[in-house]
Amino acid sequence: MTLTTEAPAGVPVAAARRLSYVKAFNEGLAQAMREDENVFVAGEDVAGYGGVFRMFDNLLDEFGPRRMIDTPISEAALVGLGVGAAARGLRPVVDLMFMDFIGVCLDQIVNQAAKMKYMFGGGLSVPLTITTASGAGLGAAAQHSQSLEAWLAHVPGLKVVMPSDAYTAKGLTVSAIRDDNPVVVMLNKVLLGSTSEVPEEIYGIPLGQAHTARQGSDVTVIALGRMVGEALAAADELAAEGVEIEVIDPRTVQPLDTETMFASVRRTNRVLVVHEAVTFGGLGAEIAAQIQDVVFDYLDAPVLRIGAPFSPVPFSPVLEKAYVPDRARIAQGCRRLLERS
Amino acid sequence: MVQKAPRKSAAKTTHHVSAQVIKDLHERMVRIRLFETEAGKLMEAGKLPGFLHLYVGQEAVAAGVMAALRDDDQITSTHRGHGHAVAKGVGFREMYSELYGRVTGACLGRGGSMHINDLTRGMLGANGIVGAGVPIAVGAAFAARYKGEDNIAVTFFGDGATNIGAWHEGANMAAILDLPVVFVCENNGYAEFTPQSAHMLITDVADRAAAYGMPSVIVDGMDAVAVHRAATEAVERARSGAGPMMIEAKTYRFFDHQGVKGLRHPYRSDEEVAEWKSRDPIGLIETRAVADGTATRAELDEVWQRTRDEIAEAIAYAESSPLPDPADMLLNVYSG
Repeated sequence: MTLTTEAPAGVPVAAARRLSYVKAFNEGLAQAMREDENVFVAGEDVAGYGGVFRMFDNLLDEFGPRRMIDTPISEAALVGLGVGAAARGLRPVVDLMFMDFIGVCLDQIVNQAAKMKYMFGGGLSVPLTITTASGAGLGAAAQHSQSLEAWLAHVPGLKVVMPSDAYTAKGLTVSAIRDDNPVVVMLNKVLLGSTSEVPEEIYGIPLGQAHTARQGSDVTVIALGRMVGEALAAADELAAEGVEIEVIDPRTVQPLDTETMFASVRRTNRVLVVHEAVTFGGLGAEIAAQIQDVVFDYLDAPVLRIGAPFSPVPFSPVLEKAYVPDRARIAQGCRRLLERS
Repeated sequence: MVQKAPRKSAAKTTHHVSAQVIKDLHERMVRIRLFETEAGKLMEAGKLPGFLHLYVGQEAVAAGVMAALRDDDQITSTHRGHGHAVAKGVGFREMYSELYGRVTGACLGRGGSMHINDLTRGMLGANGIVGAGVPIAVGAAFAARYKGEDNIAVTFFGDGATNIGAWHEGANMAAILDLPVVFVCENNGYAEFTPQSAHMLITDVADRAAAYGMPSVIVDGMDAVAVHRAATEAVERARSGAGPMMIEAKTYRFFDHQGVKGLRHPYRSDEEVAEWKSRDPIGLIETRAVADGTATRAELDEVWQRTRDEIAEAIAYAESSPLPDPADMLLNVYSG
């Protein structure tokens, strides 16, 4: 498995632009729509307004109301529309605005989209992309701030991607749309304005392929979504102390590229998993278990998990800040792991 | 409470129904009836795993609607979906094989009774989740219009499904997007074991269509001709671009919610069941066909015999078909 996830060969470094996460998403979506006439977007306020997070800005102007559809606030029917249209050969992109709203339409995602190919004996595919914004940090409180990737990653038939920067926001979105399976693209709200280098041409990032965001020899930090940036910041802090941590960004949490993680553990012998979802029953538990199944003998310390406390996301900024893991907690976790041996 | 069988169709449609259509409706109903009764016997004999929700009694609805459709029109069905599948043209072999859990089944043995589908016949699947097929049909209709094709979608659902959020969302979505969808309510008076009077305060489910600006019609769901007339109008309307419409067919299931017998707590009176059975949809159409010279008794009997033979062959095929290989457990979880 290759880990070629940087700008494609032939793109001069000088030509690289910096683009915001939300604009990178928007550009990838627009390019995927130009690439395939069967791609359309449906959701609440996606067309006329351009999306509450500006994710869909200017798309109505280019693609018109046939391909940019404002729907009623009806998440079950919205996802169902996508399932039926996908089963009939289209490639719908349906937007759920805030990830917290998936409870309203979980049947269509879990019992319909995810299972249709399997239950029907394989005669069709459901190339449905569901876009949504997840995560805390905007003071949006408990019904607009969750990271529910563990709910979805648990369901056979679904794929789940968590872009950690602008580059991955574009590439994973393009791959999600091109994929023949239902894929949930979890954009992170706090990252929307963050920038990174993004090639102008259309490109996909392979689903199910992790990226080593930073190489190091002392501790492997496996970080999901927004936590990748926090882990890289923690790595800078620790480097000043002479500790080199390796940061792995799974990019796709279902399917999960565990091989890249195992290889890293064999080099570093210590693992910390960090996500902003609650720790209990989170992806960290799954990753820790798989590491212990396969590379237990390489571990110098038990796998450490860092996540949110078992609480709804709080509103008050002081509470919310304490709720979400950050670079300080990641650095502290790495130091604890190193003290164990 | 005793639910009265409707005495006449409330539909005001006047489409002419030819002798050929009468025979077509009859054959579709016989095929459903025999498929179902034989499946019931197999279940009672302990030969079939899982659940079996029989459609017997409601045949006029599936036959009447499906006879108004083209092969490329799409349907979404319910957990009581065999009748829809048979009437849409799904083969007996793959249906029985699926009930037996064989690899030759419609779902390769992965779906069972509640998930039978056949995309080549526009059958987008029975569905184990009440109401869930409604938005999916809306999506299928959306795809037809998006691609510039003139096929339409029909979604079948029971009275109980109209208490589900997805039903209301789907109805509103179809109406607001003006999509070619026909909503067919098979009102058999019971949501599982609970009578309609206990789960909604309205008498006619069709009233719910009005909330979404959708025209509706109520028909006698034991009268295949009445259903067919209403369906023809609704289908033509949808195909012409005039948007969704709802048909409420008042009907009845002769067997239990699940399986053939086993009423632990009788929830329907013998009188009620007998009253509806006296209006057996196949009996009604046969009596009428013979009386008006559309068909002879011998012609009708020939349909039954031919279907019996086909079913016996299909059951033998299913019983002799291989079982799925557990080594192929993960087949079709993902595409690609």
